Amino acid sequence: MAAQVITISSGKGGVGKTTAVANLAVALASDGRKVVCIDGDIGLRNLDVVMGLENRIVYDIVDIIEGRCKLRQAMIRDKHYPDLYLIPAAQTRDKSAVSPSDMTRVCNDLRPDYDFILIDSPAGIERGFRNAIAAADRVLVVTNPEVSAVRDADRVVGILEAEEKGTPSLILNRLNPALVKHNDMLSAEDVLDLLGIQLIGIVPEDEAVIIGSNRGTPVVTEVKSRAGQAFRNIAKRLQGQAVPFMELEQQGGLWQSIQRLAGRK
Amino acid sequence: MNWFTTRKRSAESAKERLQLVLVHDRTDLTPAELESLKDDLLKAISRYIEIDRDAVQIGLERDGRSQRLVADIPLRNVTRRHAG
Ligand SMILES: Nc1ncnc2c1ncn2[C@@H]1O[C@H](COP(=O)(O)OP(=O)(O)OP(=O)(O)O)[C@@H](O)[C@H]1O
Ligand SMILES: [Mg+2]
Repeated sequence: MAAQVITISSGKGGVGKTTAVANLAVALASDGRKVVCIDGDIGLRNLDVVMGLENRIVYDIVDIIEGRCKLRQAMIRDKHYPDLYLIPAAQTRDKSAVSPSDMTRVCNDLRPDYDFILIDSPAGIERGFRNAIAAADRVLVVTNPEVSAVRDADRVVGILEAEEKGTPSLILNRLNPALVKHNDMLSAEDVLDLLGIQLIGIVPEDEAVIIGSNRGTPVVTEVKSRAGQAFRNIAKRLQGQAVPFMELEQQGGLWQSIQRLAGRK
Repeated sequence: MNWFTTRKRSAESAKERLQLVLVHDRTDLTPAELESLKDDLLKAISRYIEIDRDAVQIGLERDGRSQRLVADIPLRNVTRRHAG
């Protein structure tokens, strides 16, 4: 086994990176994959609460790097999936406590035993982001259909290309189909055309996401949630399956052009 | 103002504004710098050949993730000058 390391980045803060990591991790684990998520947001630890694991933390990633614990000691096992683990961020340190080569070393130690390593990147394009992408085999960029979020996503895509990390895939989060229909929100087609990258999934705005994060149970476990379905589909695509893009009800025939843009047609 | 026309504009203006912003972000060229680039370019060309300044079109265009500087510079016909 050799894990694929996937980093979730965005540029702009608050667009849904942590939500995406938690949901994709749970979806992959429920498909029987062995998964480790790493919270790369040093000083602003969040993935633990979104996954409902905050009470189990003893050690964190900086403890691993500085040799205060063994790698396995800092890995928190999920409550429901025995093959899903979290390595939490340090809360009382800053990003300078971790270097890109530290991240690469941790990931390389994990690679032989897992299928997926998901890294939650902090917002911005500074040190924490550089750490988060250092070991990545693949980067997913999350954005919302808004001017500032798309602009920042474009910066991240540009940096990834300059660093020869390849062209990332896009998760378009919090799309509101009714607003798109009224021409009051950028459509998926617009965003893909502007960014010029491939789509891996569209996640609709869904209040079940907030309810799920209140409970510490990612929405992907909700069978009926549209956002949950979207994350399950992205997880399948990460495993190499060709899952058709959801037709977001009020979007009419748009999804065909989206499939074309995503290179699936 | 009509509700529908007001509504219609917001997604469109988001797209138009982003198109401009991204092209400048990606090239690290401000609109003012682009103007002076155009000026210098035309000056240089004019040293060799007569151009129709009013019909010149120079701008940055997006092509997927790459940008190109596209110039359409009509030249003046010189037959008259030779004849005269
Ligand atoms: N599809 C969605 N529908 C509704 N709410 C969402 C959706 N995706 C994310 N949210 C909400 O948006 C907020 C920000 O999400 P999240 O914390 O995942 O963003 P982030 O990119 O990790 O932020 P930061 O940059 O601060 O790390 C959260 O309150 C989350 O519940
Ligand atoms: Mg986050």
